[in-house]
Amino acid sequence: MDKQPVVIIGSGLAGYTVAREFRKLDADTPVWILSRDHGGFYSKPMLSNAFAQKKTADSLLMKDAEKMAAEIKATVRSHAEVTAIDPQQKNIVVNGETIEYAKLVLALGADQIRLPIQGNAANQVMTVNDLDDYRRFRTTIEGKKSVAILGAGLIGCEFANDMATAGYQVEVIDLAPQVLGRLLPAQSASYIQHKLEGEGIVFNLGTTVQSIDITANGMQLTLANGRTLAAEAVLSAVGLKPRISMAASAGIKVGRGIMVNNLLQTNFPDIYALGDCAEVEGRVLPFVMPIMTAARALASTLAGKTAEVHYPAMPVAVKTPACQTVVAPPDANAVGEWKVEDCKDGVKAVFNHHNGQLLGFALMGSAVSEKATLAAQLPVVS
Amino acid sequence: MKVWQCLVCGFIYDENKGDPEHGIAPGTKWDDVPYEWSCPDCGVAKSDFEMVEV
Repeated sequence: MDKQPVVIIGSGLAGYTVAREFRKLDADTPVWILSRDHGGFYSKPMLSNAFAQKKTADSLLMKDAEKMAAEIKATVRSHAEVTAIDPQQKNIVVNGETIEYAKLVLALGADQIRLPIQGNAANQVMTVNDLDDYRRFRTTIEGKKSVAILGAGLIGCEFANDMATAGYQVEVIDLAPQVLGRLLPAQSASYIQHKLEGEGIVFNLGTTVQSIDITANGMQLTLANGRTLAAEAVLSAVGLKPRISMAASAGIKVGRGIMVNNLLQTNFPDIYALGDCAEVEGRVLPFVMPIMTAARALASTLAGKTAEVHYPAMPVAVKTPACQTVVAPPDANAVGEWKVEDCKDGVKAVFNHHNGQLLGFALMGSAVSEKATLAAQLPVVS
Repeated sequence: MKVWQCLVCGFIYDENKGDPEHGIAPGTKWDDVPYEWSCPDCGVAKSDFEMVEV
């Protein structure tokens, strides 16, 4: 009888990287990758800075599902909707068919958070969370001249810079008093804000959008501070919410994300989770580097060599050409303070514990050159 | 001299500029970048660092 497969739900970076790394260690065990969409591989971080370079959704698709399947020697099922997981019987239901697994990996990703907004155009707010979204977004804003962006975080700022470079009039709205609120001290935030304003971007900070209504020329946004502004399209990038409902209904423990230990194992020993849907030992870590690290550890565990996930220091590049930026935000519970110094054409901010240990940094402009030196001084995350 | 882009995160490796912060001198051809090098933005190892020529 054939070996039972390792089944991976999700074909994003997390799902495909686990599959690829597992295949390096185990040539025989069947691997199934179930994708809710087309199943092709693309770089998600590039979606927020592809427009100005005139990249289409088709040109961003690196490899389609067929090519990925051949390369990894896996079965990739596109448009596969998983409706149930039975952890006791170790099977799942996919498009009505029951499939048994030896090990199950949940790489489900996350949904964009939707803010509650009034008005008859509130349903026209777009999000870009995957390649198909990007395709729709491009089609929608083709020929238009202005866009409002909800959220001044990393993705919001990247989109704002990208759209401004492409010639759009851009308004950004965020409740936080500063841009990149969670990643930067105020002085650094105002530096990058000024650089982005230099590209023509207008920031509306410390306020929210109350309603969006259709007008003769597009839409009108009414802000909580009383201002109204016009835009022809609205993009929301206010954050991600791990996809947990399928796991929860199967009895898998969830918190903010699908809860796993440092082996990325849920409360069922043969079910694992990683990436944007997972809460690893209490932490939901965004961005690419934690996914790569977790995928390698999990592949090893799945291949029979148990490996805990240990994250190295993981600086993140913010893709805003107007202001080159690299951040390594301190842990949410970190105790210490920011020290900011201006340098020629840049700002260097370091977050130190009072004993002097470096816990995070934010480098802009010329200060980016210190990234490698500082990253080497950061402690291991866990 | 060529420019390459990381398939995973979009990082640009420009042979003209190299990656001096990580010990890769300007002018280093992609073929000559050592095997142990990894993408500074996403950590993908060179061995599975699939670069596309831009």
